[in-house]
Order: sequence, then structure tokens, then C-alpha cells
Amino acid sequence: MRSEVNMNSQDPPDVSVREEEKKAVKLIPIYIMGKRYEVPEGLTIMKAMEYAGYKFIRGCGCRGGTCGACGTVYRKPGDYKLQVALACQKTVEPGMYLAQIPFFPVNRARYDFAKLSGAPEEIFRLYPELFRCVACNACTKACPQGIEVMDAISALKQGNISEAAQLSFDCIQCGLCTSRCFGELAQYHMFQVARRIYGGKIVARAKHLEEMVRAIDEGKFDDILEELKKKGEKELKQLYESREIEPVGSGEDWVPKDKAYLLV
Amino acid sequence: MSYLGYPDFFEPYIKKVEETRPARVEKRKKGEEFPFMSLKEREEILKYHPDYREEGKRELRVGPSKGYRIAHEFADLLEAKSRVDPDRVDLTRVDYDTDVLIIGGGGAGTVAAIIAAEYGVEVLMATKLRHGDANTMMAEGGIQAASKGEKDSPYYHYLDVMGGGHFKNDPEIVATFVKQAPDALRWLESLGVMFSKYPDGRLESMHGGGTCRKRMHYCADLSGMEIMRTLRDEARNKENIKVLEFCPAVELILNRRGQCAGALLYNLETEEYLVCKAKAVVLATGGCGRLHIQGFMTTNHYGATADGIVLGYRAGVPLAFMHTVQYHPTGVVFPEQIEGWLITERFRSEGADIVNVHGEKFVNEREPRDVESARYIKECLDGKGIPTPTGKVGVWLDSPMIDILHGEGRVRTAFVGKWKVYYRLGIDISKAPMLVYPTLHYQNGGLKNNSECETVIPGLYVAGEVTGGLHGENRLMGNSLMDIVVFGRIAGRNAALFAKEKAKEDKLTLEHVKRYHEELEKAGIVTDRVSPMLLPDYTRPEVRQKQLTAAYLGTLR
Repeated sequence: MRSEVNMNSQDPPDVSVREEEKKAVKLIPIYIMGKRYEVPEGLTIMKAMEYAGYKFIRGCGCRGGTCGACGTVYRKPGDYKLQVALACQKTVEPGMYLAQIPFFPVNRARYDFAKLSGAPEEIFRLYPELFRCVACNACTKACPQGIEVMDAISALKQGNISEAAQLSFDCIQCGLCTSRCFGELAQYHMFQVARRIYGGKIVARAKHLEEMVRAIDEGKFDDILEELKKKGEKELKQLYESREIEPVGSGEDWVPKDKAYLLV
Repeated sequence: MSYLGYPDFFEPYIKKVEETRPARVEKRKKGEEFPFMSLKEREEILKYHPDYREEGKRELRVGPSKGYRIAHEFADLLEAKSRVDPDRVDLTRVDYDTDVLIIGGGGAGTVAAIIAAEYGVEVLMATKLRHGDANTMMAEGGIQAASKGEKDSPYYHYLDVMGGGHFKNDPEIVATFVKQAPDALRWLESLGVMFSKYPDGRLESMHGGGTCRKRMHYCADLSGMEIMRTLRDEARNKENIKVLEFCPAVELILNRRGQCAGALLYNLETEEYLVCKAKAVVLATGGCGRLHIQGFMTTNHYGATADGIVLGYRAGVPLAFMHTVQYHPTGVVFPEQIEGWLITERFRSEGADIVNVHGEKFVNEREPRDVESARYIKECLDGKGIPTPTGKVGVWLDSPMIDILHGEGRVRTAFVGKWKVYYRLGIDISKAPMLVYPTLHYQNGGLKNNSECETVIPGLYVAGEVTGGLHGENRLMGNSLMDIVVFGRIAGRNAALFAKEKAKEDKLTLEHVKRYHEELEKAGIVTDRVSPMLLPDYTRPEVRQKQLTAAYLGTLR
């Protein structure tokens, strides 16, 4: 089944072959908010909706699975189960009934991060509804990222901020968990606070970074940079080509030979 | 039937990669590298880069950079009329009044908003999609700052930035950048960004293309997302930051003293144009991927349509470095559901080889992006790319090497975002390689500015991808995430200070738009085209042919 491939052009290769392939593509029925459209199989829900003629304003963001704008719910024929997906990631299936949830109203607590001490009770005060969780696990089932949402909520309830932060790291804040939550929790806002506390108040700060900032503030690199700015292209190229490259397999203990421009 | 999750079609091609893999892994273990190109060799290879195709560009016929040769897709937007007739806008009826208006809700805009708010001014952020729907959210690789003083410093960062940008970058902007980068990183750390660290707090770091020291810091492979959501959270905590979503700006508004004094906003849902008055404006609208320059696929988010370039240019800000556009070397070619999707450079930094149809290496994986991309394009033009069933072509990124080099499970943990998406499509990238080709990624240039984020218009500040100068003719990996933080902070501070100390009250005007229309007419440009584009149009021609409404009447178009 190998097609002829035009590899001697810099244009996007061989559009004609693509068109031919398209004709051979099988069309399948899907129901967008109950209305039937025939779309090529293999498309994502997002591209299938565009194929049908929809033009997005809401419900479409990064188109790459990281922004959480395109949360979608769907059912398959003969199946009672409500399923969830990101429209930009999920491939269409024959007969699927779908609707997007481009916005969902949730409770978000305002807080002053600098004033938090990092104690779990602070999160309890911001989000007392945390304890309305009945451990039904609907949130986990609704997560298109495969996050163990309920486990992360349980960790928070137990005051284990670190675990909640780590379990929720991939959260794209699409809100699908919240849309299915019996206890009406806004899980993703709670996780956001947990991650910030973990990153800013639990994990140790980088000492080497602080030292570099201090040295810069003290003017250690002012003259060096002033001189660099004045250098012409030829001189810069020489410095560039002669700079020592850290080996790709080096460990944290590697140091270069030339130490004139370092902090030592 | 499938082979490692790919259609059978790919089986012989994947087997070729597997055949040469053990020997390539051995070389990696011994630290043997494919030789880097000299500056001279780079020049030769760059002839294969899309920027060097003269037929892809034309000279601008109007505006402050008249005569400048840039991509047709940019020129089309700049040689177009305003979305509105400026005479019909009533500027005496102000819908929003604020101290600082931030246009754009991505990384640069959000940083500027936070800092401006800390100076005690009222901030309004107008954004086309949702707050945070931006290229920042999608950045994966990392963020550069010289943080490890025993082996690195702003001196080396400076050389790398300049070398990556062909030594054409604005030296003053670069010096400010490398000097402030460590403090910007420390600021992010203090806001609670979950950087990948060793137990003692030491930041993990790695190489990126064109770096001489391992200076790339990261948050697994979701660096941009982690930074963006933390910044957004911080902005939401500030009572003096208001956000208007689905309200892009379509023109800047000046006052009779020539200061920037607001913008005309467009409510995408009610289709109203709204007057926003401000004492200072920060333009942070991001990039241009959705223009699909030269027909390339893109990694960019849905709203990346170069709006800020149009707004600034019409108001009189010249362009800088717009003749170059960045194509990221590794965009997905197959599976087609994720076509154009970015595969972070970190796969290559961690030791995954790039190989051709014969399973051979042909390039060092850590050349600057433009050189790396051009080299892949050449390899495919030479007939050594791997074809797909639908007539595309790419090269292999041999991700399974990472598990062999660093221990099983490394791909799955260090590249969790990528692994999951491929896994959903039936492919385990710790076992099977990825097929990639250059994809439109970044607007190297933009509106001309200085190291204080100032433009030629008093009260108008710019930050992030919409600017031009820092990256010269080619940006290095990890310098855009740092760009938005360093210059977002500067723009936010300066806009707040301008609003407090220098802004003067005067009559609002859109005269510059009228003058621009006259200039278009004088240049003989007759067009119905309007800009900014705001959103790309992916409607099929077959559907469009049936959209026959003769005139817009009532509710239905």
C-alpha cells in the first residue's frame, strides 16, 4: 500500500496523494449535540467538528492536550455510561453522541500566597467543602489525563500536600472532575494551591540560584557584559567557536577549564 | 494489523531503526558525539531553511517598515484594512477605564499584570481566548538561566544567545536578558513553581540546542504549563487585576499627544466593539503559527494569529527580525491526529538519536533550531526521509534509546505528557520511535523595542513573542519562557510607572487608522481583507461553498 512519495519538493509533500487518500477514507456518523454528521474516521473530535462546519470560539485552545479548553462528554450507542475526553485528543467513534463543556462555574478561593505558612489547615479553611468528598471516585473516572483525582483529594484531606501536588502534576484544569463531583468540589483549584505550597514552601530552595542572583546584584558581571556588548561580530564569533562545551553525559560535578567568567 | 502501534506500512522502516540502535547506544555510552557543524557549515545548510526561500516573501508597500521583505502571510495582514470604520467608533463613550491595559493573556501578559498590580495600579487584561490559552502553556522543554556559578554565568548565556541568533541580536536587550534571568527564575521558584530538583533543592538542568552549558531548567516535560498555571493563579489572587476573556483588541487607541491611551476591544460573543481607555498599554499578544507560513503545520495554539504586529504597525511601530520565522525541528508527522504537535527538544538532550530511512545518524541533535530543521529538510530532499501512507515524509526520533541509556521507565516519567498522548493512540514511545518533521513554531521577530520594553509610542510597552531583537534571527530553546518572565516584569513595571507619572489626559483618537487606510489607497492596494485575523478558518471548501447567505440580517449570518 505504499504511495508514491514526492521527496524532491520543499512544499508540504504530495498533496495530490492526500486528496486521493481522503476519497478512500471511510465516513462514520457522529451526533454533535444530537445532530447527525458524517465525518472521516480517524479524526479527532475537534477536527471532526470543524469538518462538519463548526467554527470554534470557545471549546478550543492549544489543540495539543495541555490547556484544558475542550473538555467533552459523550455516550456510545447502547451504552449507559457517560464518558469524557478532550476534543483535541479523542478520535471519533461511530455513533458517538457528544457535547462540549467549554465553561463550568466553580468556586475559587482568593488567597495571599506569600502569607501562607504551608500548613494543611490553610487549605481546609480556603476550601472547607473538601470534606464533602464521599470517595465515590467519579472524579478519577472523569479525568482525561488519567490522574488519580480521588487519591489526591484523600491526600489533601489527610494533610499530605506533597502527595496531592505530585499526584496532580499533570492536571490541565479542564474541570471535568468538578462537573461530575457529587460533593461539588473544585478539585483542580485545590490542587493548584497544593502544588504552589509544595513547590514554594516544602521543597528546598536552590542555593546555587540564590548565590548567582546575589553576585549579579553585587555587580559581579556588569563589566564583563559591558565589554561583550561592545564586541563586533568577528570577535564574538571567535569567542563563540572557542567556548568549551559541557559534555552531554557529564554529572553535576563537571567544571570547565576556563574559570575567568564564573563565580569562583 | 500494526507494528508497535504503527500501521504495518511502517514495520520495515522501524525495523531498520531497531537494527542500528544497539551500536548507536554504545556510542552514546562512550560519549561519542556526532560532530557539530562549524559556523561555515551552518551557513551552507541554512540554504535549505524556509526563511531562505525568496519566493516566500515580498516587500511591504506601506507603514513604518515599508520596503522590508517578509513572509506573504504577514504582508497580507499588514496590507489590509481595519476591522472597523474608524469614523463610526464613538471614542467619547468609554466602556472600560483602567490604569494599565494588558493585551494578551499568556505568559508575558500575565507576568506584566502581576508586576503592574504590585505597583498599586488598576490592571485590566483583555484576552482573545481564555486567560492562559497561549503558547506559554504548551512550552515543554524548559527555561534557561545561568544558575550554576561553578560552571556557568551570564557571560556564557550571552554568547549562546548571540550565536543562536546569528550574532544579529540587539546586544543591549540580550545583556539585560542574561543578567536578569537568574532573578526571574528565583521569582518563579518563590511563587511555587514545581521545578524538577534534587532532594537538596539543586535544580536539575540539561542542554538545549546551541547551549554550551547545561542551563535548561524544567518541570518534567510540562514546564510551560506549570509556569503558566502558577502565574495565572497568582494573577487571580490580585484584587486589582480584572480579566476580560474572549475580548481581543483590534486597534490601539492613541491620544492627541501621541501617547498610547487604550485599545478598541471586540467581544467575540456579542460582536460589539468596546472602547477601553488606559493610561498605559502592554501589548503581549504572542506569535503567528496559525498563519501557517509557507503552508507549514504548526505547534501553536488556536489564537496565534500575529494580532499584535498588526495593531502596533498600524499605530507606527516598526518591525524587527520579522524576516525569520522559527520552525521547530521535531513536529509530529504521524499519527495524523497530532500532526504538527511539538516534540520537545529534551528528547534529543536526553540522548535520543535522529536517524534517516537507513537508520543512520546524519546530524548532531543539539545544533541551533534553524540549523537542525534545515538539516532534516535536506535529508528528506535527498530522498533519505521516511514516507507515510498519506504521502508525507519525516525522520525518526529514536525515543526508546532514552530508556536504554537512563533506565527503564525514564521516558514514561520524564516525558509523561508525551507518553500519555501517544499511548492513547496505541503507541508506546519508550518502545517505538517517533516520526518528526520541522513545524512552524515561533515568531523570532516582531515589534521593535528596547531593553526597557519601550516602543516609539510613549505609553506602549511590548513583551514576549510579539517583540523583536532578543532572539535575533533564531531563538534557542528555553529562551522564550525566560523572555516572557524577564521582559514581562520590565514591561509591567514600566507601564505602571508610566500610568502613575507620565500619562497625560487628552482626547482619544483613531486618526492613525485613518491615515493607514489612506496610505493603503495611495499604494494602490485595493482589498476587502481586514485584520487582525483573530482566529484561523479551518472550514472545508465544500462547506464554505454552501454558506450562501447574501447579507447579514438579524441573528443569522
